[in-house]
Amino acid sequence: MTKKLPALLLMLLLAAGLAFAQGEDPPPGETLTEEPVEAIEEEAVTDTGDAAAPDAASMTSEIGSGMVPPGAIQVTDWPNDAGDALLLTFEPGSELDSETFLGYSVYRRTQGEGELVQVGFIALNEGTSFTDGYDPDYPVEPGVQYEYQIAATYLDGAEVAGEVTIAQEVSQNQWFHTGKVRVLVGCALFLGLILFYFHAAQRGVQMYLRPIAGIEAIDEAIGRATEMGKPILYVPGLSSIGDVATIASLTILGRVAKKVAEYQTPLLVPNRDPIVYTIAEETVRQGYLEAGRPDAFEKDSVFFLTQSQFAFVAGVNGIMMREKPATNFYLGMFWAESLILAETGSLSGAIQIAGTDAVTQLPFFITTCDYTLIGEELYAASAYLGREPKQLGSIKGQDACKGIIMAVITLAVLLSVTDLIAGTETLAWLKNVITMPIVD
Amino acid sequence: MKRSVPLAIVMVGGILFMIQYFIPHQHSQTLFDYYTEWAPIVGAFALVLGVGSLTRLHMHKIKRKAKNWPYSWAVLIPLYLLPVFALLMPQSMGGGITEGMGGDRMTQGVFDFAYLNIQVSIQSTMFSLLAFYIASAAFRAFRAKSALATVLLIAAIIVMLGQVPIGELIGSWFPKIGLWILRYPNTAAKRAIALGVGFGMLATQLKIIFGVERNWLGGAGE
Repeated sequence: MTKKLPALLLMLLLAAGLAFAQGEDPPPGETLTEEPVEAIEEEAVTDTGDAAAPDAASMTSEIGSGMVPPGAIQVTDWPNDAGDALLLTFEPGSELDSETFLGYSVYRRTQGEGELVQVGFIALNEGTSFTDGYDPDYPVEPGVQYEYQIAATYLDGAEVAGEVTIAQEVSQNQWFHTGKVRVLVGCALFLGLILFYFHAAQRGVQMYLRPIAGIEAIDEAIGRATEMGKPILYVPGLSSIGDVATIASLTILGRVAKKVAEYQTPLLVPNRDPIVYTIAEETVRQGYLEAGRPDAFEKDSVFFLTQSQFAFVAGVNGIMMREKPATNFYLGMFWAESLILAETGSLSGAIQIAGTDAVTQLPFFITTCDYTLIGEELYAASAYLGREPKQLGSIKGQDACKGIIMAVITLAVLLSVTDLIAGTETLAWLKNVITMPIVD
Repeated sequence: MKRSVPLAIVMVGGILFMIQYFIPHQHSQTLFDYYTEWAPIVGAFALVLGVGSLTRLHMHKIKRKAKNWPYSWAVLIPLYLLPVFALLMPQSMGGGITEGMGGDRMTQGVFDFAYLNIQVSIQSTMFSLLAFYIASAAFRAFRAKSALATVLLIAAIIVMLGQVPIGELIGSWFPKIGLWILRYPNTAAKRAIALGVGFGMLATQLKIIFGVERNWLGGAGE
């Protein structure tokens, strides 16, 4: 008897589990086992005590007769995607008149396969369209023919299902994003201008670059540190090598390292990112090599501190207060630590040159540092320092692009003002071009 | 070879991912996903180099008995001890926290204790310094030394007072002026910078792709 007891208990539990499962509402992904029933037979039942499983036949029998299920499903391929989404729209039935109406359950199956699976739910106020494929649990495969069914779902768990409809379209992989045509045109224009100026620079065309005080002060700052016999601190930002500002900063570091090697001034380069550290080390080593002093390069001058933002700040601030560098460079990407670094550097009495493309950090650097490279000046710095023709050509290409944008903006402003005064709408298309989103 | 192979990889990869942006096809997305999954793995290997650098630097300090050398032990001991705790006593990695009756914390792992009671506190202290530094930086910025600095000072006063109830007391028009300064002149300047930054980034990326900019190669770049 005692041996049979566990088996008996197991059977009892199994029976209870089955009974419980039958009383549960179907979660998304459960299947409808029957084809839809169009004819609705009985009056609506408000008792929710023992809601049935989502069996279309039994459910619809609980809803009032004369109710029209949702139908006329239109399936279209979602444009400009990897063939992983379909757009469903459908006509609502008479469920909108019901006070107990909750929303629509969307069921799907591959054509020819037996069971419909719930792939989504559209709440009452979310309209009558649905994008299938957004839910990663129910992905849409490109090229697969699906069938859809929409069921109006009520508060008591009952559903009134429409007809199963074969999707009019299958999802397709697209080879070009038509919504990005404007980006492509812009890129082509920019690329063309840059390449044009590259070649112009190579042909020996003289190009004027306006002087930037922050860049011209770099040599002066290195000279000051040399005269004072104190080290130079160079922080290449806190971002990773994936950040263009970091790459720009490392380029400037190469030039600074070369000068530092020539003047035999100590250089300190703390790093937050390990990849940036390895590249910074190689860059500084190369700078010393170019200056003809590879023996003067100290491996400990470029070092990794920590990946933690404020621990890094604490470390760099400690270096500033202990080593008292004569010159501090903060070039690259910075976040909240910018002011803490620059203010500590200011307190230590160092001459400070900063540069970042982080718009929110620029005011802190401007108020605290002696010179600040604002935005694109950081990217231009390497070209200014190197004076290589192709580098200069790229800057002129940027300037040409900015010139085009400035001209378009000015024209748009003039037209807007003219229209405002005269009450006309001349060249409204231009305003539309400017105000429409770049990517559809 | 040391230079041309990385340059070729960058050129092919750069052009490929530039084109990839315009292709929504599944193959294109798969390629992009592979890349984004692999990139962090390279970073994880580089971390070993970083820790090696930190260790070398502090070992040199200790060997040379450089100034403040005992503090180097304060870096090295936790640096290596905490991973030991994590390896030998996995419960130290935050998993050591057990929820007691009523959800109280009954025990804490060593790692968790050190993180919550030392690192978080120190980081908060560093961050809180920002409040004091903002005050001193603002004082420096708002000194009316020139006509432009005076304009900045007046604009700052209007914007700041417009954000607090006293601005409303001065007049209902007062916060509106502050808002106008933020919305129009301020946004215009920010957009101008953003535009320049955007073109600068594009130009830098093109220079890297076409091999004009080679500093990222380090020693192999020249």
